[in-house]
Amino acid sequence: MADHQLVVSDLTVSYNRIPALHHLSFSAQCGHAVALLGPNGAGKSTLIKALCGLLDRETGAISFHGYAVNGPSREFAYLPQRELIDWDFPTTVRGLVEMGRYQRAGWWRWFSDDDRAAVDHAIALMQLEDLVDRQVSALSGGQQQRAFLARALAQQAHVFLLDEPFTGLDKPNQDNLKQLLRTLRSQGKLLLISHHDLASVPEIFDSVLLLNGELIASGSVSETFTPENIQRTYGTRAFAGPRTLAGRGHTHDHE
Amino acid sequence: MTWLTEPFSHDFMQRALVGGALIGFANGFLGGFVVLRRLALMADALSHSMLPGLALGVMLAGSLTLSALFTGGLAAALFVALGALLISRSSRLKEDTALAILYTVAVSFGLVLLTVVKARVSLNHYLFGNILGLANSDLWLAYGVTLTAIPLLAALQRPYLLLLFEPSVARSQGVRAGVLNLLLVVLLVVTMVASVQAVGVILMLGLLIAPAATVYLLCDSFPAMLWGGGLIGAVGSLIGLVVSYHVSNLPSGAAIVLTLGAIFLLAWLFSPRYGVLRRLRRPRHFHDESLARWPGHHEHK
Repeated sequence: MADHQLVVSDLTVSYNRIPALHHLSFSAQCGHAVALLGPNGAGKSTLIKALCGLLDRETGAISFHGYAVNGPSREFAYLPQRELIDWDFPTTVRGLVEMGRYQRAGWWRWFSDDDRAAVDHAIALMQLEDLVDRQVSALSGGQQQRAFLARALAQQAHVFLLDEPFTGLDKPNQDNLKQLLRTLRSQGKLLLISHHDLASVPEIFDSVLLLNGELIASGSVSETFTPENIQRTYGTRAFAGPRTLAGRGHTHDHE
Repeated sequence: MTWLTEPFSHDFMQRALVGGALIGFANGFLGGFVVLRRLALMADALSHSMLPGLALGVMLAGSLTLSALFTGGLAAALFVALGALLISRSSRLKEDTALAILYTVAVSFGLVLLTVVKARVSLNHYLFGNILGLANSDLWLAYGVTLTAIPLLAALQRPYLLLLFEPSVARSQGVRAGVLNLLLVVLLVVTMVASVQAVGVILMLGLLIAPAATVYLLCDSFPAMLWGGGLIGAVGSLIGLVVSYHVSNLPSGAAIVLTLGAIFLLAWLFSPRYGVLRRLRRPRHFHDESLARWPGHHEHK
């Protein structure tokens, strides 16, 4: 279905009148995981914040499923970097997941059966059943990540915006998160994930969005995640080496 | 038993107990927001900056009427709060720095005004309050503030919870952060104005923070923190008042804050979840498990 996509056209976002993202246009398909790649300051976090309505746009339009998106939308769930959260906050895992329902339940109505079912379902899907009564600081990094994903699931959001979710996770937790992201994709969610580790891109993502203040390239991993594009994105030779793209050709010039 | 009931037979004590319970509850409830939003320093600054407003109110109204004090105190505290916001947004200074400048300037301005004011305003009274001298109008103010602030904040509990937990996620979910923050500061100032008469500006911070900090050490639920804070604030105020009635020369405001401090100390020491004693108790050592798994390797202690 042509409509099952996020379309961004001519998006410009500025901080204090200084643009951080210039005239960005791309589209992304539901059920896909899209990597936002680029050096520090390329506008990855800016794009995520603009999509979930935290930053004003200078120019451009965003539409999802054919409807214009202006400001905050419950279709979008924002998962900030874990360092930004006060983990001592008095809430349990269940309390955190329930926060995802507040928009739908209204600011003060009791939870309906639907609300409770959505919370339970999200907890089960993110494998948090044994941890529901834990205070959130008593979780490992991977578990905290899962709790936030569960909150987004309970919100019944369709677009998940994740800022550096793999940072600070050890190997087993990274593998677990990859698995869960596959689960979310199979449910038709669109995942936009800012990412640093180029080597793991082909394994996790369907498509890439290469940013450097402006769009360098976007498209499927096989067609777009090429050494030339990576070189253009990172300016210097940030490209990690031919191993990471084994079998995908190794085309840049060694002079 | 008469030890408990006797204080209630006096008119001034009845007022003090009703006023103390109301103000204790309102402060304790609000304290949860202040603790989680880390506004304790701001609350302290705001309480002090009411002085010029109170003095101005007296000057303009010609006498020490409640409405003059209320409007003046509210205006002065809001002036300082919004001024600090303006300075921090328009320069590289952080908000706590701006607050520290503005509130000491406000206090100094208030001291100057007091020398001009005809009506006698006791600085001592302003600093430490006099809960035994509550007039009917003070009680009405306490009723009004408590019955406005608590239901309003309780109704907005969910958006506030989202905002306090993670402001940017909250805004991405459509929470109006600016409006809620402003409302919180306004309600904070209004509650402070209603508390000046009872406990004064020095002690009111204890009434605001100690109950919420106590509950914070006891549980992991935001609603429990709010209502529990209110309950501890009210009960602590009543205990403090009864004790001060029986101990001659014990100032009632100090007795209330000492009671709340004692309750906090108990929670800090003995909280089953987050108490110090629990931390000191030796946790189960994983070495035991590794011994069970590798029985041959326990020689090196």
